[in-house]
Amino acid sequence: MIARNKLAITGGRVIDPGEEIDRISDVLIANGRIEKITLETGGSKLDGYELIDATGLIISPGFIDLHTHLRDPGQEWKETISSGTHAAASGGFTTVCAMPNTDPVQDSSGTVEDVIRRAGVEGIVRVLPIGSISVGQNGEQLAPMGELADAGVIGFSDDGNPVEDANLMRQALAYSAEVGLPVINHAEDKKIAAGGVMTAGLVATRLGLPGAPNEAETAMVARDLYLAELTGARLHIPHISTIGSVEVLRSAKDRGVKVTAEVTPHHLTLSEEWVFGLKGEVPSSVGLQSYDTNTKVNPPLRSKADAEALVDALREGVIDIIATDHAPHASTDKVCTYNEAAPGINALETAFSSVLVLADSGKVSLVRLIESLTTRPASILGRDLGRLRKGFPADVTLIDPSALWIVDPSTFASKSVNTPLTGVEMTGRVVRTIYKGKTVFQSQPEVRNSG
Amino acid sequence: MAQQSTLSPSYLEQNMIGLQTRRHLLDVDDLGASEISGLLDTAEGMLEITARDVRKTPALRGKTIITMFFENSTRTRVSFEQAGKILGADVINVTASASSVSKGESLLNTVKTLEAMQIDALVVRHPHSGAPYFISNHIDASVVNAGDGTHAHPTQSILDLFTVRAHLGNLSGKRIAIIGDILYSRVARSDIIAFQKMGAEVVVCSPNTLLPDEWELGSTLALESGFGRLQIAKSVEEAVDGADVVMPLRIQKERQDAGHLPSLREYSARWGIDSQKMALANDSALLLHPGPMNEGVEISSEVAHGSQSVVEEQVRNGVAVRMAVLYTLCAPGNSVSAIRNDGNSEIK
Repeated sequence: MIARNKLAITGGRVIDPGEEIDRISDVLIANGRIEKITLETGGSKLDGYELIDATGLIISPGFIDLHTHLRDPGQEWKETISSGTHAAASGGFTTVCAMPNTDPVQDSSGTVEDVIRRAGVEGIVRVLPIGSISVGQNGEQLAPMGELADAGVIGFSDDGNPVEDANLMRQALAYSAEVGLPVINHAEDKKIAAGGVMTAGLVATRLGLPGAPNEAETAMVARDLYLAELTGARLHIPHISTIGSVEVLRSAKDRGVKVTAEVTPHHLTLSEEWVFGLKGEVPSSVGLQSYDTNTKVNPPLRSKADAEALVDALREGVIDIIATDHAPHASTDKVCTYNEAAPGINALETAFSSVLVLADSGKVSLVRLIESLTTRPASILGRDLGRLRKGFPADVTLIDPSALWIVDPSTFASKSVNTPLTGVEMTGRVVRTIYKGKTVFQSQPEVRNSG
Repeated sequence: MAQQSTLSPSYLEQNMIGLQTRRHLLDVDDLGASEISGLLDTAEGMLEITARDVRKTPALRGKTIITMFFENSTRTRVSFEQAGKILGADVINVTASASSVSKGESLLNTVKTLEAMQIDALVVRHPHSGAPYFISNHIDASVVNAGDGTHAHPTQSILDLFTVRAHLGNLSGKRIAIIGDILYSRVARSDIIAFQKMGAEVVVCSPNTLLPDEWELGSTLALESGFGRLQIAKSVEEAVDGADVVMPLRIQKERQDAGHLPSLREYSARWGIDSQKMALANDSALLLHPGPMNEGVEISSEVAHGSQSVVEEQVRNGVAVRMAVLYTLCAPGNSVSAIRNDGNSEIK
């Protein structure tokens, strides 16, 4: 929407963990690329630049989400490349990695090239597709990983469907080593999970809901780590959610296994008690708010102790990055019984504000949070992204750390509204998103904190 | 309010109001002890009606009640139907297999359609826990939970209380032993809560595969569990020893097929209630079973039909209890005239 090709974002606190910058300065952009970060604000002449006053704001590299469901092609009533990338921009994300569980599945160069081509036309931020591990995500035959890599995928996943066959997982890891891209396996032993629709434990027992124990995830994470060690290939663990998974991950990293891991904002900040439908409160009796289907997600919300362990592991870097697992679903998928509800949380537009509470409470530094959304995912991708370095694409996110707002999904850019956070008050918000030097999102003035 | 005497006039008044204005019966966990006592008292009056030559009152004339069962059932469905009919209501039975549900209509659209026909109460059984809560959020009619998934079966627990009270009087301090498939039993969950609300102590015993993972054999639950101070016995003998009520639960063949049990034969030998195990209970102990029974599996025929068995009474009382529930929900303002105050200690 802004045609001029020289832009200066002035007076904000620039936090760029990749470049080890945390200071008040000006970010200069020319022709869609980063030109310079000044040593101090006002240090450069800005004649000919369009100016954005970022006083009081945080200037971050644009966020990168390694785990997004755009639902396009195949389930366009839930989300499209257009609505999903608008949601991404609203949440400060300038790059999203699209999961392959579309219809058709991203298991051939044709489907991948179609997404890339349409993302260039319909999308407003960068879309990097993920290819499937197996043909049709059916867990039986390896997808053509070489062809998919040539078409531009950044990794392989049968997300939603765990690779149950240990031999297929071993072969997937070994084969992918040639193209050097990570295998991203949704770790869940379905036999142990035994049809659970939330995490096993006190809340599931009280509500009479089938519970999946933590070990359904932990056991497969452990298997995958040993197979990654065996093959020497790159493993990326999506949406890690249990204490046990963190322990086996930590030990594998200590042994030098080539593994990275992500955690979602909801697993960091919510817990099983949210299924009661009272924002984490435990009622004295089961009530009409209970069985809140917007809390149904896979892996399920775990215990508070799990969430604490995940926060610790994120702070220490054992868990590398935050990824949203943005999973839009139509209202018919959520206005039903808990058993019937589709698992997934609409997360792009609440992700950053949700995790900012971890910085405010001192559990994870703001710099580490931003690192986990920018330079760390960029290094997993192996792309020149996630930093405000000269010559890198000018992807920039502006944050008002003191903006107060209340989550109202009717204002989402996403086509879907499935969040358990409706009505929750948040502090801190993305107020502007710049992609390749162009503003792709700017918040309405009324949501800005006047103080 | 927890500190307030349950005998004080203001407490009674509040609970009378609660009883009269309650719209739904979804579980027993949100009922106060005096509210439960009130229902039991109303049911006593109803039981008298069911014993008359002409079993009919006009109390709910002009009211329409739909029973909607998404699972197979004989006793509960017929019991609700009979209860509604004796009270003079028009009762329509819907079964999922013969409705538009089998054409793929969503639960929401199905209940919305039924409500558009001006119904006063919807009695629901559904295989998914929480389904009656979901329905309650979307319709104005009263909703009665006739069993949801593995969550709750409130009218069963009220009729169990009613049956035990009729024989043993005050429930306070009584020991209730529930034996069997706790993991999948909505009856067990509602009974565990209901009996403790009335001051009884409850002990369960089950193969470890049919208990929630976080319940340990030989432990007593913490109050945060939502199941009071439930005891989990290590053996049937320990559970039944000194019990005032012994309640074996139906064991389904599917549990064996799913690997929870080596065989029904082994289950029967170790957990089945026979006269030897029953002899460990108090002499005056009652034998309850929510039905349907698998004689020779969780209960021997001798015990099922023995002198301590009140299984058939449970069924008869079930009609009276469901009459009391439907009457209370559908005829507000005409509710019970008195609330008895025996045994009404709350779960703390």
